[in-house]
Amino acid sequence: MAETIVEHQIDTDLKELAQDLVRRAVSGGASAAECVIREGDEFSALVRLGQVETLKESGSKAIGIRVFFGQRSASTYSSDFSRSGLDRMVASALELAKITSEDPFAGIPDPSQLGAISGDLDLYSSDVYSLPGPERIAYARRAEKAALDFDPRIKNSDGGSFDAATGRKILANSHGFIGEYRRSYCSVAAVPIAQDEKGAMQRDYWFSVGRSLGRLESPEEVGKVAAQRALRRLGARKVKTQSVPVILDPLVATSILEHIFEGVNGDSVYRGASFLAGKLGQKIAADHVSVIDDGTMVGGFGTSPFDGEGIPTRRTVVIENGVLTSYLLNTYTAKKLGLETTGNASRGLAGTPGIGPGNYFLEPGTRTPQQLIADVKEGLYVTEFLGMGVNLVSGDYSRGASGLWISGGKLGDPVEEITVAGNLKEMFMNISEIANDLEFRGSVACPTIRIEGLTVGGE
Amino acid sequence: MNHNPFFFEHYGLTERDLERYLGAALSAGGDYADLYFEYLSSTTLTVDESMVKSASQGISAGCGVRVISGERTGYAYTDDLSPARILHAARTAALIASAPAKTLSAGFQQKPARSLYPVTLPSVDAEITAKVELVMRADKAARAHDVRIKEVRASYGDELRNILVVGSDGTYAEDSQPLARLNVSCIARNPTNSARGSAGGGGRVALDFFFGDKTPEYFAREAARQAVLQLEAREAPAGEMEVVLGPGWPGVLLHEAVGHGLEADFNRKQTSAFAGLIGKKVASEKCTVVDNGTMPWRRGSLNVDDEGHQTQETVLIEKGILKGYLSDKLSARLMGMADTGNGRRESYEHIPMPRMTNTYMLAGEDHPEDIIRSVKRGIYAVNFGGGQVDITNGKFVFSASEAYLIEEGHVTAPIRGATLIGNGPDALTRVSMVGTDLKLDEGIGTCGKDGQAVPVGVGMPTTKIDRLTVGGTAKRDPGGFMQ
Repeated sequence: MAETIVEHQIDTDLKELAQDLVRRAVSGGASAAECVIREGDEFSALVRLGQVETLKESGSKAIGIRVFFGQRSASTYSSDFSRSGLDRMVASALELAKITSEDPFAGIPDPSQLGAISGDLDLYSSDVYSLPGPERIAYARRAEKAALDFDPRIKNSDGGSFDAATGRKILANSHGFIGEYRRSYCSVAAVPIAQDEKGAMQRDYWFSVGRSLGRLESPEEVGKVAAQRALRRLGARKVKTQSVPVILDPLVATSILEHIFEGVNGDSVYRGASFLAGKLGQKIAADHVSVIDDGTMVGGFGTSPFDGEGIPTRRTVVIENGVLTSYLLNTYTAKKLGLETTGNASRGLAGTPGIGPGNYFLEPGTRTPQQLIADVKEGLYVTEFLGMGVNLVSGDYSRGASGLWISGGKLGDPVEEITVAGNLKEMFMNISEIANDLEFRGSVACPTIRIEGLTVGGE
Repeated sequence: MNHNPFFFEHYGLTERDLERYLGAALSAGGDYADLYFEYLSSTTLTVDESMVKSASQGISAGCGVRVISGERTGYAYTDDLSPARILHAARTAALIASAPAKTLSAGFQQKPARSLYPVTLPSVDAEITAKVELVMRADKAARAHDVRIKEVRASYGDELRNILVVGSDGTYAEDSQPLARLNVSCIARNPTNSARGSAGGGGRVALDFFFGDKTPEYFAREAARQAVLQLEAREAPAGEMEVVLGPGWPGVLLHEAVGHGLEADFNRKQTSAFAGLIGKKVASEKCTVVDNGTMPWRRGSLNVDDEGHQTQETVLIEKGILKGYLSDKLSARLMGMADTGNGRRESYEHIPMPRMTNTYMLAGEDHPEDIIRSVKRGIYAVNFGGGQVDITNGKFVFSASEAYLIEEGHVTAPIRGATLIGNGPDALTRVSMVGTDLKLDEGIGTCGKDGQAVPVGVGMPTTKIDRLTVGGTAKRDPGGFMQ
């Protein structure tokens, strides 16, 4: 292997390159092929206690190919775009496919299914890089300063940060599909540390994200909220083990929605690795629970014109009034289950496509979070979960938690070092309230919710 | 110099080039600059429903340039290893500093080479058919274990990471780091229940590792055993109780409860619950905890860390007293302490920071059976999923995937998975018995910090903690558990 890898980079359009590699795989004997190219830039600035701590700026690109020989498939990827690097990538994929099994359901989508939704999806704004360097740093500094200045008990900090990134994705396959899209992203965050008179510390964070700079909240607002979140944790105590109503704040509630996602993910469904497998058409959640996955929302964090296999994205009602109406599928899992793909294929550089969400959310209710809290005599308001004690096969659920104790309908003392446990099957049925505060801070969003019947473990 | 010539042969690099890149990195001043070259090749194979459904190979290569100026770090990377792109990255990283250019101290010094994982044939270069055999055998053995095993997924992954680290202080280090792992997960079903089990292992080993004691059948039977066992598990208790941890993988407790809190960056910034506790008692005198990057073949071991510094054995807690932190170059310099060789990074795209290697508690003097016998009512936890810690307030969790009730000194019924939660700086003060049976995990650990994943190891002997909160669901009192 003593060849010299560095050569002149192939200076050709990346879309043409993807199509060319698909053609080369087919002329090498593949019955079908699919090529993905990802290109991206990132910038990040972290300021701590007013001083720049790290600055990072870079770009990269990588390419992956998946080939089929009838029902056998294999994939390879590389960050080496030299002629010899690409030749070797294609040759290795063709070679590797020989050792895989005939899988009757393997293949790329039918030509009739391929396509992309049209119109401007508002996913890319070049303004994420429009600020000159010093102003990017100033964003990070302002967020941290707002947190430090908010209260004298904010005594330390893990910093303020500003991040920006742009990415381009290209997909081509041997049915003639070729598509590309760009997305941009920027965020500002603050991570202050509050300290009480005894020296005990609590850290928390807040952030704002947007596809354009113009949609970011002000760094001052972000810093202030972060400070409030850290301060309200000071003086936390444990509680006695008991069963009480539990209210989850929106950030924490998204994790429950993610468990539903994993439960309806076609990959776990066809293997029976989900407690929701075989439940299509059945009631799996409380009456007022409706869950939507929509990859088409203009400007959304989970929006794209086509999925990881070149299927147009769409809106899918996953749960309607408590009834499971659809799984979330890619081409393979749809064939396994005798259903149609829902356009949720996610494609990394390597391996077979997985399943990912579009903009995935729980339909909001009509009451405010404050009204939900006011109904609770004694209960737990969760602001953070720790750990991954969730078993999707059995539904068993047990996680570390911290938050605020609700007493007499009001948020009271902070609590920590406690656990929240139940079983997801019952938890979805026991979602007794859904508030009206749905807000997207990522591709998964959930309003404040109330769940009955959970065990809070403590002293 | 006596090179492993990988980057010199593949990319036509010369020492002159390295000096030129470092010179560009220090063109605006700065205290230190380094270059991290990485060439990573990897293979993964998955068998599902007794078919090899997925096979993948890939290559990722690049160079990261870091410039340190006081407490500031500038970082840039490129996946294109042409001189023009590396120089561009170096000049970008240099923007962190604003002083006259610095000149390099003369010459690189290569430390004597160590060889903790001397594989003759790296597994990435081994015959793919042998790897297919591993996953197919695992599938077969898991299914044969019990008729209730209905689904099996076995995966095998390996990689070979070639690195070259050069620094403006004369640091020069190369390493070739193999890593392999076999994993089996099963689902067991009876008419009323479904349950999962998983097991796996590996290390910085060659393929022959899986043809020795740790065969695919060994891991497959273990995964199947856990899944079948969980079919019969009953609700876990909730509340504070005595907890006995089995040997090996339950050492994830140490990783979460104390390991992260002792990483020097958090202590330099005074953001760790352990800040300022050196010399103080943070555990019972039965506890001695070390981090050791020098164990042959281990998943968490390294000949040199990702800053080119030799790894070592570092005592974190000695007989209950906090002794030291895990440091990288930056924190060692800023804190005036020795570099413990714990500067690690996920890849060339990432800035190094203090990370654990293999973290474990030394064996004690108690017989494991005596430890169980001493417990009137509690739980015995032998396998865990993952864990997490909040460094600042010290609260940590780790989730048991295989645990049993202990009643009147005997291990009785299996219980469903439950999260255990505690407070890092005082959880180990309640360790009352430490077994003679120190064991390291099978080689499955991956640790995440600031979005960077690195392979690690953990270990511990059978250990009794007098009081820890168990997050079960049992609402009725099954015999004194609800408090």
